[in-house]
Amino acid sequence: MNHATLAAEFVRNRPRAHWHDTALWFVRAKRDKAVHSLPEWETLRETASAIKLHTISHLAEYLEQFERQATALGATVHWACDAAEHNQIVLDILRQHGVKKLVKSKSMLTEECHLNPYLERHGIEVTDTDLGERIVQLDRKPPSHIVMPAIHMKKEEIGELFHKHLQSAAGATDPQYLAEVARQHLRHKFMEADAGLTGVNFAVAETGGFVVCTNEGNADLGVSLPKLHIACMGIEKLIPRAKDLGVFLRLLARSATGQPITAYSSHFHGPRLGGELHIVIVDNGRSQLLASGEFRGSLKCIRCGACMNTCPVYRRSGGHSYENTVPGPIGSILAPARDPQHYYSLPYACSLCGSCTDVCPVKIDIHHQLLTWRRELAVHGHLPWTKRFSMKLASIVLRTTWLYGLMGNMGRWALRNFPRWLVYNRLNAWGRQRELPPAPRRSFRQLYQEHYGRTTTAGTSPQPGGNSVGDSQSSTSRH
Amino acid sequence: MAEPQPPEHRRSREEILSAIRSHQPPGTELPTLEHQWITYVDRPAQFAKVLTEIGGQWVRVPDAAAAHSALGEIPAYREAKQIISRVLGIGNSNVDLTNISDPHALEPIDFAVLSGEFGVAENAAIWVTDRNLPLRALYFIVQHLALVLPAGEIVDNMHQAYERLKFNRAEFGAFIAGPSKTADIEQSLVIGAHGSRSLTVFCVG
Repeated sequence: MNHATLAAEFVRNRPRAHWHDTALWFVRAKRDKAVHSLPEWETLRETASAIKLHTISHLAEYLEQFERQATALGATVHWACDAAEHNQIVLDILRQHGVKKLVKSKSMLTEECHLNPYLERHGIEVTDTDLGERIVQLDRKPPSHIVMPAIHMKKEEIGELFHKHLQSAAGATDPQYLAEVARQHLRHKFMEADAGLTGVNFAVAETGGFVVCTNEGNADLGVSLPKLHIACMGIEKLIPRAKDLGVFLRLLARSATGQPITAYSSHFHGPRLGGELHIVIVDNGRSQLLASGEFRGSLKCIRCGACMNTCPVYRRSGGHSYENTVPGPIGSILAPARDPQHYYSLPYACSLCGSCTDVCPVKIDIHHQLLTWRRELAVHGHLPWTKRFSMKLASIVLRTTWLYGLMGNMGRWALRNFPRWLVYNRLNAWGRQRELPPAPRRSFRQLYQEHYGRTTTAGTSPQPGGNSVGDSQSSTSRH
Repeated sequence: MAEPQPPEHRRSREEILSAIRSHQPPGTELPTLEHQWITYVDRPAQFAKVLTEIGGQWVRVPDAAAAHSALGEIPAYREAKQIISRVLGIGNSNVDLTNISDPHALEPIDFAVLSGEFGVAENAAIWVTDRNLPLRALYFIVQHLALVLPAGEIVDNMHQAYERLKFNRAEFGAFIAGPSKTADIEQSLVIGAHGSRSLTVFCVG
């Protein structure tokens, strides 16, 4: 995949790209307002970051403790190395219980594992019950945002989709009306489901319980009606103590949508009376991230989406242009960790403005990691040959003074004398969306020499100890 | 209880744990969480302010009798056909929960009056559990929900909230903050997504 190419498609529709940008900025502004209502915000961030770092450094012990406690409460704990094993485990549980219809609440992990199509292939009806997830499910597209899965869609499109699938009135676009249609439809799905599946926002090692946060109450409806509850979690969802939840629940909703807390923060400890609870713990590449000192910090992520909402590139290029379950800045760290060859372009979809790092509630140094990724990808030869070739060329030119001077002269001459079509063509990536600056007749070096009356010419090697021709020969610039 | 896992999945457990152990970074300290977290001069007032902002209704009453008569003024309650109240003296139940063992049977309930254990001023969340309510689905499936909160049971912040909570048995508990809501259609806030269409908090005392 190539982010720039996919983003270019999104940007082509200018009013829509602008609308997308504004919608996300609105959420970012709400986040700021919520954050400023708490004087201890920075303390919360530092605490959360320290808790997560500590957890990562004792992850094996905490996972074992969690398993022990959860089992003591009557839950069954399963372990999956990868997506395939996760899907297999879920299918096995569903089959053991003769489940035909499953309701799901939002879970980025099952999205990452492509659980829905897998279960559907095996004859199980899967209904996503978060409204945004249901919308994109009906549209047969992946979510474009981890917190607001249908942020890329207009109400007219949703109205059309509902008219087609849920028999809503033709041409209806009123969100209130459409949400009511979805409520009736999904309540019916809740009533007839044989099992409920949820993700996990936080799992507590100390107690063996876990917390699921929603605004709609869909996770609770999904698992309090049928007897079977399956919860799927990545190994990084763990926190050590129940009281740590106080820190994370204060940060999560404020960072995600600017709310003081989600409408429902449900704490599941063991199965309900007469029911069964299965917890599937999934690695799927996460333990590999632990190995890397540079990228391990990304395991602190609590999936609030704040980095996406603030990212000038995400807002203007749309979530689908990242082609990853987790898009945006944090997704651009996680995706290449799994498949560098495929996702090499994502760390380049970053202006290094640092806004993601500023808003991250667990203080992940996101933009630093993105910069590090660029070096990693280059070192391991994951860049396309065009980029590798041009970088190699640039390196030779920049290292060879006479060649640099010559190229400069040629470039300036060409820019002044070539016809437009020869300068602004497909080979010149820099001229694609911008006018190149007017080329001056003389180079900086020539001007410098004229000003200080020196007579060096292009081709003279730098003097020993000097950084450049100008520097080394001008006494005024010596330190 | 489910059947034990097939052996290949137990192998995965060992594989994951050993991969983590071999990559585990040097240990860091676990912070204590001791800090001057935010407090409020008037906790009920702060609670009421946030609750109203997130779409809930706040009713402050001196006692249960006053709550009962205030409840009678709420249109959703007056129009409700099936009502369950689990709070003594507030609301008139016409559905007997003791006869219901399948949560699906709760679907037609229009109004429920339930008790909240305590509230949190910073975010208007109320802690509820299934300790005295075996069918926890009622919190979520009812059309309109009223929670009764003793005025003396409001803490300042989430840290104080977790100091009160013990999780040492199989139990369900949740913070409920306002009615069910969604903003998934063009960021327009719609109250009443899947869960209760309204949440009224009766703060008693």
